[in-house]
Amino acid sequence: MRSSLTSSNRAGWAFALPGITLIFAFIILPFFLAFGFSLTNQRLISPNATRYVGLENYRDLLGLAVVTLDAKRDAGGAIERDAEGRPEFPRVRSVTRNPDYPQYRGMREWFRWTGGDKAHVVIASDVVFMKALFNTCLFVLIVAPLQAGFALGLALLINQRLRGITIFRAIYFMPVVVSIVVVSLLWRFIYDGHDGLLNNMLAALSWGHFRPVDWLGNPDTALGSIIAMSIWQAVGFHMVIWLAGLQTISPTLYEAAAIEGASKWQTFRYVTWPGLRHAAVLVLIVITMQAFALFTQIDVMTKGGPLDSTQSLVFQAVQRGYGLQDIAGGSTISVILFVIVLTISLLQRWLTRER
Amino acid sequence: MGAITLRNLHKSYGGHEVIKGVDIDIADGEFCVFVGPSGCGKSTLLRMIAGLEDITGGTLEIDGKRVNDVQPRERGVAMVFQSYAIFPHMSVRENMAFGLTIAGASKAEKAEKVQRAAEILQMEHLLDRRPSQLSGGQRQRVAIGRAIVRSPSVFLFDEPLSNLDAALRMDMRMEIGKLHKQLGATMIYVTHDQVEAMTLADKIVVLRDGKVMQAGAPMELYHNPANRFVAGFLGAPSMNFLAVEVLEADGDHAKVAATAMEPVTVPLRGQRLVAGAPAELGIRPQHVTACAPDQGSLHGTVALVERLGSETVVDLTMRDGTTMIAAFGEDLVFEPGQRVDLEFDPAQAHLFPAEG
Repeated sequence: MRSSLTSSNRAGWAFALPGITLIFAFIILPFFLAFGFSLTNQRLISPNATRYVGLENYRDLLGLAVVTLDAKRDAGGAIERDAEGRPEFPRVRSVTRNPDYPQYRGMREWFRWTGGDKAHVVIASDVVFMKALFNTCLFVLIVAPLQAGFALGLALLINQRLRGITIFRAIYFMPVVVSIVVVSLLWRFIYDGHDGLLNNMLAALSWGHFRPVDWLGNPDTALGSIIAMSIWQAVGFHMVIWLAGLQTISPTLYEAAAIEGASKWQTFRYVTWPGLRHAAVLVLIVITMQAFALFTQIDVMTKGGPLDSTQSLVFQAVQRGYGLQDIAGGSTISVILFVIVLTISLLQRWLTRER
Repeated sequence: MGAITLRNLHKSYGGHEVIKGVDIDIADGEFCVFVGPSGCGKSTLLRMIAGLEDITGGTLEIDGKRVNDVQPRERGVAMVFQSYAIFPHMSVRENMAFGLTIAGASKAEKAEKVQRAAEILQMEHLLDRRPSQLSGGQRQRVAIGRAIVRSPSVFLFDEPLSNLDAALRMDMRMEIGKLHKQLGATMIYVTHDQVEAMTLADKIVVLRDGKVMQAGAPMELYHNPANRFVAGFLGAPSMNFLAVEVLEADGDHAKVAATAMEPVTVPLRGQRLVAGAPAELGIRPQHVTACAPDQGSLHGTVALVERLGSETVVDLTMRDGTTMIAAFGEDLVFEPGQRVDLEFDPAQAHLFPAEG
């Protein structure tokens, strides 16, 4: 006899329908639409019909080349030098606007390095995108190991039977519960260049020798400041994942290690760390994905500035799609980000596979 | 090399005392089994010897040296746990060599010692496997191998066979017995299984509520239990206890009687009892024999029969409503409800003062 629970599938579907509809409309459909839009010139609002453009959007974003410029020489063949004695080079536009080099048309200088009388200039079709890509990768490379490491350290500290240890657990977890928008706003005050908490503290600690820095207004410190704050904000979340991993390790393994004569470090190396393997995979993949999705902090704190020093991929995707109404460009960035994150996740899974 | 002395050992958790003054002497090379019901403190006592639990009071000596505050690794002991405690991410070889790896031994030394231990345990073919590919018995073998590799002076076993099935338990029990003869090291073995205790031990220590009830050779404990607890704990099925009254007592013997039993004279074996005192008469089920109708000193009806082929265990309801178990060393047929007359050899009975 079938129970009413298994037979009445209609009611089950009816309950699930609103959720499935929303997920389909706002997650699954846009995901596939992004692939489609990235191959067109779709705009948010436009009187012109949408046109299929193939991979042009990807070329416009990813176009990259290195051109070598020879130093200018005078009539006698000697290198022309500026007031400080450095060789002078022709302007980059002599290449990018030269009809002899149609492949460099419209590209602009990203950065250069000089060696002797030659200058190597990296030119890109979309310098802002390249900066966003570079910043995002840098952000991930710094945040992933540091955040995972600090989180593990905290987890080891609070995984002890001490009176009042739950208070510490709560304190470390608190920033995770607070909205990232609120946290970003608060840290904007902390980082304030005139009267910020950080400047005041550093001044007090150095007996006034420290000269105030406009942390978010300086291209050299802005990204670093956002990295520090981001690590602090989510460290508690990953601490909890590590803690869960730590508590699955059987206490007898520690006892066996103690009797076999393992020191604290050896116990960690041979018992704790191998036991955390699954937690480690999870933490690394989650941190990497979260870090690639860097947006809110940028949007609230710097809007990509100063001088594009804190541009990020997601911020660029949103700004292009909605700020510049270039849905196709925004979609293309999203697809590129998806491919990067997917590749890295697969790579991490492969590297941490069971052997 | 591995003599262990426990002097007035105490252990408390907060205000709760679990080990209440234990004195045990274990000679070098002796196989000593701690046995007792769960919660008696036998595992705690073993963990105190291992150094996994702090000692609240008293002295623990290994080879005449006080080691109360010595780290586990410096006590020269190896331990085999009930849950095996082998490292899941290491191969069998790495597991066995763990102690040597920790100590920074050379590859050649590790290979040689692991090989020798594997030969002793006949598990060379398992060396390259992962723990997840092993059965329970093989895992326990790895754990024992890890202990052997370090050639400790003392082996500690904490209920090592409890997680194994019955057939495997018997094999491993014999193997551990052989291992003891082969290595000649001191072994301390904790179990709640009296068969393991009886078969393996040179010396059994029966524990109850954190106190030693009796310590001695297995057969000494079996034949001369110092108290009712030890008498009831060792031997299967358990000893029968009949409430009796002491009619008269001289130095060595006492005449006792009960409502369900005619008066008999039994040896006192050092128990101090006076006439008129309530006592309990212990009779092992194996010492009871069936006899002709109206002949024996005990009469009951059969409640339950268990025929094991080599032995027949009969659950009897006595005339006064108490129950008694008789074990006959042959295959006999009884019907439930059948009246049985029994007799026993008073010389093999034990008399204890009534408890409580």
